[in-house]
Amino acid sequence: MNALVKQHLIDPEVCIRCNTCEATCPIGAITHDANNYVVDPNTCNFCMDCVSPCPTGSIDHWFVVPEPFSLEDQFSWLELPPKPPEPALDPDDSEAAALLDGAHAATGGRVPPPPSAAKPQINVFNRDAPARATVTGNLRLTAGETDTRHIILDFGSRVFPVLEGQSIGVIPPGTDAAGKPHAMRLYSIASARDGERPNTNNLALTVKRTAGGLASNWLCDMELGATLDVIGPFGATFLLPAAEDADILMICTGTGAAPFRGFTEYRRRHAPGIHGRLHLYFGARTPEELPYFGPLQKLPATLLQQELVYSRLPGRQREYVQDRMRARAEHITALLRRPNLHVFICGLRGLEAGVEAAFTDIAEAAGMDWATLRESLRTSGRFHVETY
Amino acid sequence: MPDGINIDYDGLIPNNVDLAGDARVRKALETWHPGYIDWWKDMGPEGFQESLVYLRTAIGVDPKGWAKFDYVKMPDYKWGILLAPKVEGRTIPFGKHKGEPAWQEVPGEYRAMLRRLITVQGDTEPASVEQQRHLGATAPSLYDLRNLFQVNVEEGRHLWAMVYLLHKYFGNDGREEAEELLARRSGHQDTPRMLGAFNEATPDWLSFFMFTFFTDRDGKMQLEALAQSGFDPLSRTCRFMLTEEAHHMFVGDSGVQRVVERTVEAMRDADITDPHDIAAIRALGVIDLPTIQKKINLHFSLTLDLFGNEISTNAANAFNAGIKGRYREDKLEDDHALLDATYPVLRHVSGQFVTEEVPALSALNLRLRNDYVQDCISGVTRWNRVIEKAGIGFKLALPHVAFNRAIGEFAGIHTDIDGNILDEAVWQAARDGMLPNDDDAAYITSLMVPVTENGKFAGWIAPPKMGIDNKPGDFEYVQIVA
Repeated sequence: MNALVKQHLIDPEVCIRCNTCEATCPIGAITHDANNYVVDPNTCNFCMDCVSPCPTGSIDHWFVVPEPFSLEDQFSWLELPPKPPEPALDPDDSEAAALLDGAHAATGGRVPPPPSAAKPQINVFNRDAPARATVTGNLRLTAGETDTRHIILDFGSRVFPVLEGQSIGVIPPGTDAAGKPHAMRLYSIASARDGERPNTNNLALTVKRTAGGLASNWLCDMELGATLDVIGPFGATFLLPAAEDADILMICTGTGAAPFRGFTEYRRRHAPGIHGRLHLYFGARTPEELPYFGPLQKLPATLLQQELVYSRLPGRQREYVQDRMRARAEHITALLRRPNLHVFICGLRGLEAGVEAAFTDIAEAAGMDWATLRESLRTSGRFHVETY
Repeated sequence: MPDGINIDYDGLIPNNVDLAGDARVRKALETWHPGYIDWWKDMGPEGFQESLVYLRTAIGVDPKGWAKFDYVKMPDYKWGILLAPKVEGRTIPFGKHKGEPAWQEVPGEYRAMLRRLITVQGDTEPASVEQQRHLGATAPSLYDLRNLFQVNVEEGRHLWAMVYLLHKYFGNDGREEAEELLARRSGHQDTPRMLGAFNEATPDWLSFFMFTFFTDRDGKMQLEALAQSGFDPLSRTCRFMLTEEAHHMFVGDSGVQRVVERTVEAMRDADITDPHDIAAIRALGVIDLPTIQKKINLHFSLTLDLFGNEISTNAANAFNAGIKGRYREDKLEDDHALLDATYPVLRHVSGQFVTEEVPALSALNLRLRNDYVQDCISGVTRWNRVIEKAGIGFKLALPHVAFNRAIGEFAGIHTDIDGNILDEAVWQAARDGMLPNDDDAAYITSLMVPVTENGKFAGWIAPPKMGIDNKPGDFEYVQIVA
């Protein structure tokens, strides 16, 4: 069977031929005849520039097909053909979906994305047709025992559309003991949607070297200029809310900080003056082992309120994020009362149990029921957990 | 420092034109601002100024930043001054200055002409807000109410866009014109708006949809022609306005389509196949197709008048000067000077229609109008698909361009919708069959009952196929505060 491809289509029944998409497309992928506006499958690179200016929503259709519809097909349509079923058995999609489902298990059920989050692209690149990236940065973030790295992947002229909070997949080279390709590994994106600096076409990962870890050692050893295949992006729920009044409570340990670095970068660049605030509870063993410790010191409290928590400071009692939450119960209580609070938890599995207990006690002391509150946050897309 | 993409939201007036660095213009606009807010409160949407409306606001003029949705009270809407990014090295694309660098300041010899064009364009923007100010009271759904308000606030922003140009480039004269824009009133006996169609009432929602389909589309054509201008600030302003204008086309286009959908659906459910059985169809509480056709006849003909005289020296001068181009001038392949070209014009000569070749420069109004008619046809074709799909033998159509005209070649004559010339007596007798009459108006008015429950729609209009900003069907587009 041929590899399936994703195709961008315009609904001719809804389109009003306003020409906005054709005028907006930076690479001339959209054209029209007397009948329809159409997207050239050989040119479109899924940059999404045309989507938000479309007044009708007709532009926002994505089919996964064995063979793309030609321009002639599209010109002849009076309506979209029936949408082919999403290929649920496609090994790449299901592999990533299973990994994400596992990571989100502690959320406590299906959760929609934050209501104001931008619409993500997912599964644009798969195992059969990955995006080739070049390593343009590999910087050690930590000292001491842990080796955590900030790795920058550049996509050259290829568009790899991501949102803060999404993940990408990589596959270590070689085969496993059974002679099959290795399983996919997911890594959260640690940069903002428009790259490490505005309008660079790259993204960053936060990777911790683990003893004997195949993928982490492979990535952490990457030389500048090395290339690798990237698939994805994945994840349609753990996303940055865009609402200006969204207060975001971010709780993490270690490399779980990656998505929150993306959140913070986006807000720093694009929404510095809004009244919704970022609140970070971030745990590590020591300052030296806390990724991004240096850069975090430079961020103003108006952008990001930080609670950096250490469990192995010499001569000090061990403190974990849940301990700091309890110590700052007043702050947490005030946040829980905010009308548009979003809670995100990301880090090693096990983190959620301690955090859960802290939330329960803090809420109870303030006369609130955490289970009820959490359920209402979850069902409205405002409670997200990603642990591994 | 704004870089032309990101917008400065720090001052009173969001902008990407570095107002912070231009004290004179900033002060002029800040002085104009309270009058604008007073105008909005007096003449803007009646009764919903405190309600939270799910509106889009531009936070950047690039594709990713310009359509940000959130709840906002209309008087708090961020009306800003947003120009499309400057194209370095842009040259004047047509006329006798073709190939010279685009003007960043007003050329002295064209000052009066430019001021006039900008003022006329500016006058239409508040006019339509005034015309539509009572419609909120009878909206067929919260979805439609939101769309109305989106159109209104963006027309308000388009007024700002023109006022900025007047203040920035036309000194005292510009300031006076800007004041006048707030002083005229649509339909007012003594101080009417400048163009005829903008003094007509918008009495009901079908009229609103027709207005946004036909009359806002004239606005689109005018903006397209001005977007080609050699005066670069005008070009950049109009290019950004066009992105917003597309939504207004959508409201009209899809609005009429939904009315047609609901009508044919009700007819099918009641087993009515004769589209002319008006009494039976109206008994279903929907708008019969012949009445929809009459509305088309009215709004199309009123809007054609906005294009002015078919043969026009002003239009020739504006083109020759490089001030106002043709529709999609940049896509046309000719010499862009038109000194030797001719263009066929349908004229009325002693009781006959004749086609005459006239100098193309003189016929630019007509040329733009012809492009407009083509643009309208695509919408009508889509409406007809809905009727055809329902198996009903009826076709909506645009009337003949000579029908019901007050300006230009056909101003002095009467015709039927096929362009057959009628004498006064026949016209008087036939008129009520071709244009909405008192009975039609009374019937449509009787349907205009507000529906304010989430996800519910009045019985005469179908729900939209998709929500705004991909929202689900029962989304609360307007949180009404009485």
